[in-house]
Amino acid sequence: MLGFALAAVFALAAPLAQAAGSQPVERTIHVQASSFEFTPATIRVHRGDIITLEIESTDVVHGIAIDGYDLRIDADPGQTARLTFTADRSGVFRFRCPVTCGALHPFMIGKLYVGNNSLYWGAVLAAVLAAVVGLWSVRK
Amino acid sequence: MNRAALTNTPVVKSLLRSRWPQLFLRALTLGVFLLAILAGILGTPVGNRNIAIVLVWIAWWGLLALLAVPLFGRGWCNICPIPMPGEWLQQGSLLGPRGKGLGLGKRWPNPLRNIWIQNGAFLLLALCSAVVLTEPKVSAWVLAGFLLVAIGASLVFERRAFCRYLCPVGGYIGLYSQASPLELRVVDASVCASHTEKTCYTGSSQGYGCPWQVFPGGLVKNTNCGLCMECLRTCPHDNLSLNVRSFGADLDVPTGRKLDEAYKAFILLGSAMIYAAVMLGPWGQLKALAYGVGTLPWLGYALGFLLVTLVIIPGSFWLVSMLGQVLAGNKDAFKGRGVKKAFTSLAYTLVPLGMTAWIAFTLSFIFANGSYILPSLSDPLGFGWNLFGTAGMGWTPYLSGIVPFMQVIVLLVGLAWASRTALKIARQLASQARLPQEAARRMALPVVAFCLAITILLFQLLIA
Repeated sequence: MLGFALAAVFALAAPLAQAAGSQPVERTIHVQASSFEFTPATIRVHRGDIITLEIESTDVVHGIAIDGYDLRIDADPGQTARLTFTADRSGVFRFRCPVTCGALHPFMIGKLYVGNNSLYWGAVLAAVLAAVVGLWSVRK
Repeated sequence: MNRAALTNTPVVKSLLRSRWPQLFLRALTLGVFLLAILAGILGTPVGNRNIAIVLVWIAWWGLLALLAVPLFGRGWCNICPIPMPGEWLQQGSLLGPRGKGLGLGKRWPNPLRNIWIQNGAFLLLALCSAVVLTEPKVSAWVLAGFLLVAIGASLVFERRAFCRYLCPVGGYIGLYSQASPLELRVVDASVCASHTEKTCYTGSSQGYGCPWQVFPGGLVKNTNCGLCMECLRTCPHDNLSLNVRSFGADLDVPTGRKLDEAYKAFILLGSAMIYAAVMLGPWGQLKALAYGVGTLPWLGYALGFLLVTLVIIPGSFWLVSMLGQVLAGNKDAFKGRGVKKAFTSLAYTLVPLGMTAWIAFTLSFIFANGSYILPSLSDPLGFGWNLFGTAGMGWTPYLSGIVPFMQVIVLLVGLAWASRTALKIARQLASQARLPQEAARRMALPVVAFCLAITILLFQLLIA
């Protein structure tokens, strides 16, 4: 039952998220990568935007790999690397440094927000439902 | 409640009673553990190329949080390498009671028969985790330190004092083992009552008295049962059984709820949230604070960590648990020890919530970093070896598009489970206070709202 309810919640949330998008544009975003953070650490774009990330590493070799998009580019210090892609999947995607760059390398993370995060809002609605289901399951 | 006794199968029983499979697994884990310490000290300082980090904090932690604890409870404790050398010295034997052991055999002090020290040890480790989890040398010395403290505890105190009262990870495993579907219990308690020798506790020629200092006849929860199988060997009446049961059956048991365990639940829940922010969040400065162990900014981070885990979460939970008592009209809750009882009992609601929070956090961490395992196995010290031909494999995050959905499902299951547990505990409290069952629902509601708020906060940290 919980599974059906979840599916319904996510199915309802998805079209709402798509409808909220605006006209796609081409955008160039400069990202500075240094130990162990990206600046800006969060990037917000609309779904359908054509994005060019210009990655500039300020110390050692860094790079960007975007979860869910299977994209990756490395950036040598002092040279700007460019990664162009269409943000055709909405949601929140972590981007990580794919090059071992020091102790906190596995935690060098930023976030790419594309359009609305229907997963989050669906999850919040489903959480309310889950709490009710939990209570209901011990009604006897 | 339905239970299926695995020990009814002769092959399973003989495997569990035999010491050889256990010794083999223990020797294997000890070998890997010692190799990890060696690699940490001698190997490359690059964490994701050194097995001291990759095998321990990625592979082992992933298996523990995602599979071992949720499915087998304290099963890992059975084969954990850390207490082994000390226990072998204490017992003077590797394969059952034969030799004369070493050690003073002192009783663990009564005032310390709780998990407050474990809570402190976990917090200390958590506060330094940004360094311990990433620096091979530091990690190796910490692991070696565990080994030495465990040996020392075995030589001074009786049985497994380290596991029961000191191990920083033991509290995590013990608390969440209550949620697992595996248990070791007596078949018929009356058999134990009439068995005057109590060989399960005192030991016999077949095995040792419970190393975990538990009388198996009185065992109602998994928390302190290390699944070492000694009682299965020493019971002359064949009165012990390893059972598969429903998940979380221990959470329904109204006895044995303690404040130190309740605090463990708060600490673990808070730590999972802070780890999600520090390790998976986009805040570079927060990571730098956590990494600067010993510096003034780190002290601020440590203070914040302690404030969240020891004051804000328990304080908020105290407020909602008391609000529940007011809504239920439970006047008993405000007399004598009533406040502590209601607060402590309802805190067990956080066992499924906290366990699933750790699973959700670990999913993101493990799938993103799991591809470091094969290369580091092939080149365990980072010396340029290629033992299995996998040293050159590059970093690849696994299932990165699916992990957020998995996290949502896990957290939703945890929330539904926590809500169910809250109502069951509230019913017990209401029944003890002779209140109608409707009052139990009112008592549980604020706690469920708290769990819902925590879940949404976890969504914010993990998928938003």
